[in-house]
Amino acid sequence: MPRLRRSMLFVPGNNPGMIRDAHIYGSDSIMFDLEDSVSINEKDAARYLVYKALTSLKYGKKELVVRINALDTRLGIDDLEAMVRAQPHVIRLPKTETAKDVIDCEREIARIEAEIGLPVGTTKMMAAIESAQGVLNAYEIAKSSSRLIGIALGAEDYVTDLKTTRSPEGVELLFARSMIVNAARAAGIAALDTVYSDVNNEAGFRAEAELIKKLGFDGKSVINPRQIQPLHDIFNPTEKDIAKAKAIMAAIAEAEARGSGVASLNGKMIDKPIVERAKYMLERAAATSIPIEEV
Amino acid sequence: MEFELNKIPHLSEITAIHGAFNELAIPAKAHESLAERQRNSKKLLSSIEEAIKYVGLKDGMTISFHHHFRNGDYVINMVMDVIAKMGFKGLTLAASSLTDIHEPLIEHIKNGVIKHIETSGLRGKLAEAVSHGLMDFPIIFRSHGGRAAAIETGELHIDIAFLGAPSCDPYGNANGYNRDDENGSCCGSLGYAKLDAVKADKCVIITDHLVSFPNAPFGIPESHVDCVVKVESVGDPKGIMSGATRYTKNPKELLIAKTAADVIEASGYFNDGFSMQMGSGGASLATARFLREKMINKNIKARFALGGITGQIVEMHEEGLVQKILDVQSFDLVAANSLKNNRFHQQIDASYYASYVNRGAAVNQLDFVILSALEIDTDFNINVLTGSDGVIRGAIGGHPDTAAGASLSVVVAPLLRGRIPTIVGKVNTVVTPGCTVDVVVTDQGVAVNPRRPEIKERLEAAGIPVFTIDQLRARAERIVGVPEPIQYEDRVVGVVMYRDNSVIDVIRQVKEID
Repeated sequence: MPRLRRSMLFVPGNNPGMIRDAHIYGSDSIMFDLEDSVSINEKDAARYLVYKALTSLKYGKKELVVRINALDTRLGIDDLEAMVRAQPHVIRLPKTETAKDVIDCEREIARIEAEIGLPVGTTKMMAAIESAQGVLNAYEIAKSSSRLIGIALGAEDYVTDLKTTRSPEGVELLFARSMIVNAARAAGIAALDTVYSDVNNEAGFRAEAELIKKLGFDGKSVINPRQIQPLHDIFNPTEKDIAKAKAIMAAIAEAEARGSGVASLNGKMIDKPIVERAKYMLERAAATSIPIEEV
Repeated sequence: MEFELNKIPHLSEITAIHGAFNELAIPAKAHESLAERQRNSKKLLSSIEEAIKYVGLKDGMTISFHHHFRNGDYVINMVMDVIAKMGFKGLTLAASSLTDIHEPLIEHIKNGVIKHIETSGLRGKLAEAVSHGLMDFPIIFRSHGGRAAAIETGELHIDIAFLGAPSCDPYGNANGYNRDDENGSCCGSLGYAKLDAVKADKCVIITDHLVSFPNAPFGIPESHVDCVVKVESVGDPKGIMSGATRYTKNPKELLIAKTAADVIEASGYFNDGFSMQMGSGGASLATARFLREKMINKNIKARFALGGITGQIVEMHEEGLVQKILDVQSFDLVAANSLKNNRFHQQIDASYYASYVNRGAAVNQLDFVILSALEIDTDFNINVLTGSDGVIRGAIGGHPDTAAGASLSVVVAPLLRGRIPTIVGKVNTVVTPGCTVDVVVTDQGVAVNPRRPEIKERLEAAGIPVFTIDQLRARAERIVGVPEPIQYEDRVVGVVMYRDNSVIDVIRQVKEID
């Protein structure tokens, strides 16, 4: 069953209340942040707090991600030293400009894994692309490491780099989003969209979620738990989608039973991409209906 | 006279015969116009002091107040200051509830003006002082229904009720709003004051907005009012009421509310024509929002909503989702204005709302109620009165009344508050007994009282995971551990009455920590 990554809940690493309850809102992933949401004088405290949370609290089957500080300062290395030991599923590298950034980070992770006797390769990675250069290098970044589970867009830094600002329609992000989805798909990993910061604008959030779903993203980072349900509502297959996918699979099965290579539904031929989409739809539907687990 | 009184057969055995008619014995008929009568109304007195003299306050009497002005109330402090200046001592103050603004009562207690207090709740500095042993007599805490019952049985005898009213005419027809103009403050229902007016030996209305007779509709009729005093202001309108209660934006409260709505939907009580009450508190109020969506989706309507009424209930009423509103206390201006303007929004008194001893109370017609809690224990007992430090910081309200009356009582609370677990082995103070609590909804799971196995089955059938209350407690303790027990003195500072006015628990003085 594919792992759903519709929603990645952003949790500031220096907020114990949010860290403690991060799993109750039903997001697919939780991202503990040690980077931009933590002020410089709280970096150590946040690192200890997230380490303690990951090693003592239970988060069920949620995918746990930690966003570390960039490796160009001591903070990034210190974060890695603690977090590889705390063993979240994924380390998220911020501000990735080139494949080298990923490879440098991977080398440090591998070193720490070896030091603590963890099988090298256990810790997965994702890379956030937040600059014009990073967007242009998206494909190189996406295929730079087998540890990568996905690449993500970080829009705030990106629009600053472009010398523009974010608009409600997001036209300024279209190129970056398209590049990132294409690069991720070409590399066979997940594509994750940026946050929508105006938490009280549910209509705007929904419009953006509709757009990125259409573009092909797997999901989106969220900064408020209230954004999770609307996001899932948009990403979840509808009953109509499921019924259609089932009808397609039934038509295929029926054609195969007849020994025919050609199937059709309602007078339209079903070709291979249609079948693949139907299979993917059913897999997602099955993944969506996983009941809330005991944690 | 063409008859002889003593010749009428069996007259001595017939009651209410006061001799033969005598024209000289009846008062002379007034010839004044309505306007003149009102100007000359003998009921309208010039000051609170005059009213106190008129109704004959004496040392040791019981006086009552209502809490419809919430934290904007000026009436209690104003009346108590006059009473203190006049030198009265040893009074019992029986308020329907008390809040932060009543801190000045501390001085009146210290000076012996107030000997004893009965209330639904206590907050702020006064509550802290009481918890630390301010009073010789323990405070009696009653629910709204329990207070009404105690008044009805005479166990709580009110000598004089001092009732603030946002509108009143010179004869004492008083209300929490008025239909003559938009002036003055507004509190909506006078539900808790109504019964005091009926049952008190003497009733004084204190108003800052005199309107012309008759102030109809009225919450309190002139027939129950001894005198009226006009003052500069009965309260701070901002503290009395806010514009509209907003739905919480707190994601955890919303999560709890959504789960509570799912529980209601699956419980078997969410059918066309149902009845409901939402307690105060972000999560319980927000449950209405999610129920509203379900009502629209399923095309079902509620017959009535009861209780403290908010703008959200009014909105559902005005869009046809709730047919009737029974309002003992209006929580916001939208609710108050609805009481003023909507035909099927009815003002009710505390007895009608929740009394245990009258001939019929509305809580007994509830399908479900959503209630909050400070603490819940593994026997499903609920505390809404004392905090995790043992200090009094809340109010019973209608909690035990509605939990007992409703077919399904759902208590909503976060599993943890900061480092404090909400679900504990034993609550500090039992306010609502576990035998009347059916479902507990937290942000981290739902528990059903084992007394209601059919509810558990229905929830599970609907795909709602159900845990035992012990599992929820264990989950809380796994995260934050078990808090040290609170240190108390032996001395009892509060007695908590159940709605039948039996003692369900006591509150002890908290130990001073060095």
